[in-house]
Amino acid sequence: MTETITQSEAAASTTRPGKVRLSIRDVEAFYGQIQALRGVSLDVHEGEIVTLLGSNGAGKSTTLKTISGLVRAQRGDVLLEGESIATLAAHEIARRGVVHVPEGRRILRGLTVKENLELGAFTVKDNALRRQRLDEVYGLFPILHERRHQDGSLLSGGQQQMLAMGRALMHGPSVMLLDEPSMGLAPKLVTDIMRIIKRLNEAGTTILLVEQNARLALRLAHYAYVIENGEIRMQGEAAKLRQDESIVKAYLGVGE
Amino acid sequence: MDKHSPPTNPDAREPDLHEPDLHEPRPRNLLQRLYVAFESPGRRRALHLTILAILIVTPWISSQYTTVILTNALLYVVLCLGLNIVVGYAGLLDLGYAAFFAVGAYTVGILTQQFGVNFWAAIPFALMAAALAGVIIGGPTLRLRSDYLAIVTLGFGEIVRFTARNLEITGGASGLSHIPEPSLFGWHIDSSIDFYYVFVVLAVLAYLASQRLFDSRLGRAWLYVRHDEDAAEAMGINRVATKLAAYVIGAIFGAIGGIFFSVNLGAISPESFSFQQSVLILLAVVLGGMGKIPGVILGAFIVVLGPELLRDFGTLRLLIFAVLLLLIMLFRPSGIWPEKRS
Repeated sequence: MTETITQSEAAASTTRPGKVRLSIRDVEAFYGQIQALRGVSLDVHEGEIVTLLGSNGAGKSTTLKTISGLVRAQRGDVLLEGESIATLAAHEIARRGVVHVPEGRRILRGLTVKENLELGAFTVKDNALRRQRLDEVYGLFPILHERRHQDGSLLSGGQQQMLAMGRALMHGPSVMLLDEPSMGLAPKLVTDIMRIIKRLNEAGTTILLVEQNARLALRLAHYAYVIENGEIRMQGEAAKLRQDESIVKAYLGVGE
Repeated sequence: MDKHSPPTNPDAREPDLHEPDLHEPRPRNLLQRLYVAFESPGRRRALHLTILAILIVTPWISSQYTTVILTNALLYVVLCLGLNIVVGYAGLLDLGYAAFFAVGAYTVGILTQQFGVNFWAAIPFALMAAALAGVIIGGPTLRLRSDYLAIVTLGFGEIVRFTARNLEITGGASGLSHIPEPSLFGWHIDSSIDFYYVFVVLAVLAYLASQRLFDSRLGRAWLYVRHDEDAAEAMGINRVATKLAAYVIGAIFGAIGGIFFSVNLGAISPESFSFQQSVLILLAVVLGGMGKIPGVILGAFIVVLGPELLRDFGTLRLLIFAVLLLLIMLFRPSGIWPEKRS
């Protein structure tokens, strides 16, 4: 216990490039009587992929929901570029550029791929910009262009994930929160999705990635946090954590 | 919007214009081919003009009875298009829509008959009262879904009716009578043909407003909230404001129906705004096709004209009408003219 704390403190002192884009401070959140987050703090710097790792029920999704306003923080604060967003309504947080791609993708059934994408750009009032973003998303995901008139919910799992990410891109996100993008996908598709995430990041999107697949996430991310029982147990540069297989295994119990 | 654009390119935002549009499903049977035919812009214009011409000419070539029935059908068109905004566009079930109809009718009835306010001056008050009623019913129900929402709206409808029955100002169970007929620039609106034309104008306005709302930004917000309100909110759509707007706009449509209903009959009573009335309006919307304007209009006409056309069957007519409705829903479960054919 003490060991990990010293280790995380050591890691926290390493310098990270870029300004802090998103920061959560000592956040506590509850589901009824059950405390899901016990003082979680983490930072996402501009241009980074930060991954939040942990097993089922550790509090990963709750952390994302607290950021996007779907779950209220009882204590602590959520800061976007230094400004508190903890008390804003979910749609206001979204309008500030924090876009949550939820677990299970939430593709709207009965609407076409294109209509699903247009939802992402709902708050974009400039028609030219909307069109440009649509073109960009189609460029990134040609399959979405091919299927643009099909019912979005009839796409395969991997394509739905692309659609969910494309929808978030249409919004022009300042930070993209990705909740388990690899869930339920075949291994080949998981690699594809991870490659796309990398590409989005290289194109300038700041990403907070929640994953169960720790190995993949660590290969992708710049910085990583490990959450357990609603507390951050470990943090550090992803490259360093990756090398320390024993720690990763102990906390995440992953083997591929 | 552009009537001259080729039919293969309905969407100017497409990056690739040369691909065939896969969106329009090929019509499979006669009914669908008919719908598709009427949905092309040019034919739709022709259809509009034809219907308008028929509506204008009808009272001159038919009996007074027909005129009165058609007036009622046009009232239902207004009410159904209003409920369609709540149920069809925003996807919120409402079993108490007659309450808004009542608020409009009673506000005008009370102001004109008891306080001697000019009819036209009373209209803004009736609309405000309805909008307020929309907020009152909308506010508490925003967090409720489907079944619970239905129960609360049903309760709201009954509360309004019971209030009207028990207050003195509303005339109690016997309601208000001798509501003065309005006049407009010296034209005294009193004959059944006069009121018929008033309702033609109202129905046309309701139609145009519905169309505009459907194509608007708010219309798209309703579409997204209807499909998945969490996903919509995650993309920056204000769920609360979007739903409230549906209730308020729906309430205003209902109130407009009520306002002119009260002066047309000259008398209103609580029983005009019963649960049965709410159900009948909802029935027309569901029967015609939720969210689809022509479908809803068709539904309104069927619900009003159906029982009249079956009058020859005497006491059996409502039974036969019910069986017909069941058959329609059995064979066309998403309405006669549904919003999307998949």
